[in-house]
Amino acid sequence: MHLHNPKRDVEVSGPLRVNDLVSQLGLSREAVLVIRGDSLVTGDAKLDDHDDIEIRPVISGGAQPRSARGARP
Amino acid sequence: MRCKRCTEPAIIEIRRHRTSFCSECFLHHCREQVRRAIDKHRMIAPDERVLVAISGGKDSLALWDILLDLDYEADGVYLGLGIDDYSKRSQSFAERYADTRGAKLHIVDIPAEHGFGIPDAARATKRVPCSACGLSKRHLLNRAAIDGGYDVLATGHNLDDEAAVLFGNVLQWHVDYLARQRPMLPATDGFARRVKPLIRMGEREMAAYCVVKRIDYIVEECPMAAGNRHLRYKEVLNQIEERTPGAKATFYLQFLNEMLPHLDQVAAEERSMVGACSRCGAPSSQEICAFCKLVEKVG
Repeated sequence: MHLHNPKRDVEVSGPLRVNDLVSQLGLSREAVLVIRGDSLVTGDAKLDDHDDIEIRPVISGGAQPRSARGARP
Repeated sequence: MRCKRCTEPAIIEIRRHRTSFCSECFLHHCREQVRRAIDKHRMIAPDERVLVAISGGKDSLALWDILLDLDYEADGVYLGLGIDDYSKRSQSFAERYADTRGAKLHIVDIPAEHGFGIPDAARATKRVPCSACGLSKRHLLNRAAIDGGYDVLATGHNLDDEAAVLFGNVLQWHVDYLARQRPMLPATDGFARRVKPLIRMGEREMAAYCVVKRIDYIVEECPMAAGNRHLRYKEVLNQIEERTPGAKATFYLQFLNEMLPHLDQVAAEERSMVGACSRCGAPSSQEICAFCKLVEKVG
């Protein structure tokens, strides 16, 4: 299976459910989106060997220490 | 899996709502959640001018898109932080989106206007880069909103951001910070009203929104944010959410409902202590505001 973001090839044999792939990769379902081609897929979708999959991280968190507390200048 | 609203094939499940949506119903859901937050917290009146703080990331671009779709008069402002290639690429995503929508984007470039970038500020202050970045953003975004005559400044803080901040503030019992952690900070002397319309939206939903709407955004995390404390809090909260869907929303939204009203007095006392910076005139509880002190240190 080809994975993007970061780009790498991993040996995962299909068919495999999206949730199982995410858990095999040791990722949290809350922290990623799974995209097949250019479409989002749900956790129960079955992926095949030839699928081109992007596992996109969704967590961001810059500039937090003070702004995050709601402080004003 | 099917869309719970229209039974078409689903593209996303939202476990905390025990639901799943097709593309069209998901976009409807996002707009409704934002509309609900705006109405409940009286963030923006229909005829007001909004300035949206744009970073080039998923949250701010999605927020801008939703506000425009909801027919608000919303312009964007991008702050150039001087973080090398990352800032250039972020800016290009912001500009591309503005072009696509025919929307107005203001650019404020910190290195060009103040002679330093965030990496320089971090070196000079010997503190984490996010500290200098956060205070620069608060100061300059507020100034952009005031100078531009906008009624309200909107930021893309989402449910995950707010839950992580709340977690950090509770861990250390920062009561004054808790009192200020509000989805809507009213305008006061020198401060534009500041609102967070995405508080009902998870981070994953915002990324999904951009995928569905084909909004290109900078996916990589800011290189300066690696190891950031709030990223660690998010990981912890996601572990809890994995076992108990809805935990993050309950934690944060119940804080707003149940705890925040008890902190109104603390917030009012703090507001009463704010004066004006003797150098730039910006609101500050000190004689010289944090941004002017930063400029002095880096210079």
